[in-house]
Amino acid sequence: MKPKQKTEPAAVLPPEDNTHIGKVIAPPPKPTGALKIVFITVSVLFVVLMLVLPLVSVLAGALREGLAFYFEALTARYTRSALRVTLIAAVCAVAVNTVFGLMAAWLLTRFDFRGKHLLGTLIDIPFSISPVIAGLAFLMTFGRLGWAKPALDWLSGLLGTRVALVFSVPGVVLATIFVTFPFVSRELIPVLNTRGRDEEEAAALMGAKGFTIFRRITLPHIRWALVYGVILCTARALGEFGAVYALSKTRGKTFTLPLEIDALYLSGSADGITQAFAVSSLLVLMALVVLIVKNIAEYCGRKRDGR
Amino acid sequence: MYYVQMEHIYKHFGGFCASNDVCFGVEQGKLAALLGPSGSGKTTILRMLAGLDTPNSGDIFIDGTRVNDIDACDRGVGFVFQNYALFRYMTVFDNIAFGLRVQKRPRAEIRERVEELLRLIGLEGLGRRYPNQLSGGQRQRVAFARALAPRPHLLLLDEPFAAIDAKLRKELRSWLREMILRVGVTSIFVTHDQEEAIEVADQIIVTNHGRIERSGTALELYRDPQTRFVAQFLGQSEALDDVRVLRGYEQYSGQALLRPENVRVSGGPDGAPEAASQPATVMRCDFRGGIYELTLALDGTPVTLTTARSGGLPPLEPGAHVGVRVRELFLCQGDRVVPVQAAG
Repeated sequence: MKPKQKTEPAAVLPPEDNTHIGKVIAPPPKPTGALKIVFITVSVLFVVLMLVLPLVSVLAGALREGLAFYFEALTARYTRSALRVTLIAAVCAVAVNTVFGLMAAWLLTRFDFRGKHLLGTLIDIPFSISPVIAGLAFLMTFGRLGWAKPALDWLSGLLGTRVALVFSVPGVVLATIFVTFPFVSRELIPVLNTRGRDEEEAAALMGAKGFTIFRRITLPHIRWALVYGVILCTARALGEFGAVYALSKTRGKTFTLPLEIDALYLSGSADGITQAFAVSSLLVLMALVVLIVKNIAEYCGRKRDGR
Repeated sequence: MYYVQMEHIYKHFGGFCASNDVCFGVEQGKLAALLGPSGSGKTTILRMLAGLDTPNSGDIFIDGTRVNDIDACDRGVGFVFQNYALFRYMTVFDNIAFGLRVQKRPRAEIRERVEELLRLIGLEGLGRRYPNQLSGGQRQRVAFARALAPRPHLLLLDEPFAAIDAKLRKELRSWLREMILRVGVTSIFVTHDQEEAIEVADQIIVTNHGRIERSGTALELYRDPQTRFVAQFLGQSEALDDVRVLRGYEQYSGQALLRPENVRVSGGPDGAPEAASQPATVMRCDFRGGIYELTLALDGTPVTLTTARSGGLPPLEPGAHVGVRVRELFLCQGDRVVPVQAAG
């Protein structure tokens, strides 16, 4: 008879800080020689052909009629209106979704309740559903024949003004919020999950209450993920077309930049097409700014986490 | 009257019963260990004491007050997490000061208290470091100081040595015991390492399958384990299917547990076997550093026994004939065990 094993082996614990997360643990085998060259060539060709050339052609098209025409196109009444609506929609969407995203991420990672997975799945709906359908759904709900129309009418009567969602700026804002809904929470959830709740519990045991814990312990953890989520949300809000298209029909009033570009392009005249390219260049520029800010945020996040 | 007391605590996680009628008490100023295998419900007990989990039923008393309905943040309990859970975006100083700042103590007092604790844990001058700039042992000390800063009346430690390498662990054990005795705070720590519990704790509470098996001092538990689980978990023991093969135990029957240190070997190269011993043959004699692990076969039976032999003596050759005598063993009666001594 052998002596009985009495104690269980000590649990092998990961190191205290989770600096290993996000690191490539086992580097994949390096492609060697010819294979590497083929891979690089294919990737670069693909990126140039599919992404860089089209964007360059947009800029080239925008400047075809000279700089004066370009700036004229940018400062046209319709363009200014579209820029205004786009910015309003983006700012509102980011504000609403930041607050909502924080709440949802906190709820889904820090509490257990029935239907938690269902809620997590529901939040992802805008990722999987076509934006046009989102727009149509709002149209069917709040439009002239929609079932929520009486409620809107009642609200109009109450406030003494005409409250409309469909074919108006609030509708555009709503549609934008819908499509950018999951970005912030989806960035935060993995971070909150890997960080665990030990530090929050430790703070609670030392007498800290909910908001203090959030501000002093949780927020420093998720700061860069939050910035990153907000940036993605902004990028998506600026470029949204489908959902907005269903709810916005008045050029110069409720059109956003993507819709304005579409309208200019469809006008068919040579000038119109050049103007479309000019306005497009504006969106490309905004996208580039967002991309740069995103990279800075990622870099800061990595540095901060000491990865 | 116990300072910390749990009465008939039940706790379920889904269908899993983590605490099944848990009752125990710890006296004021004592250092108690919750000892048990992984999954035996020790951490759950600790978390319920802290207020991080709520029992389904039963009462928890701290200093005579029922604390079931008091939130974790108002219980005044210090907690050292298994992985320390230091605030990684704060310096060591800010970590230790956190609890005091939450209480809105004056700045000068906070500074003084943190400096005092840094001196106590021997980390003066490291207050401006961040946790990831410290070694494992230093982090544990900071976690300890952080838990003590708001002067808790109860200190709870979850596997305080698990994340530290074996060599340092021994050193930290005695350090921690000394610190807790110096501060004088009632403390309960969780461990699955019997050696750790025996060395550090005044009182050991053995858990198994969500129940308390036994509570007492290490020596009490070792001498009279009462249950089969405790006999096997604390100290070494070996099961024997039929006790009657041993000389001196013929009047008993059934299974028995015996500790290697109660198996006495005589005879062989050391001289004549003892009078009351029974013949056995050496199967193996493996050097283990300081001792030999000796495996013996009782002559005329298929039974083998293990025991230790001083490393200072020459090894016994396999096949050597010796005498064996078991001074004392635990007789199994269902889940209970009773200590009995050899007749004659």
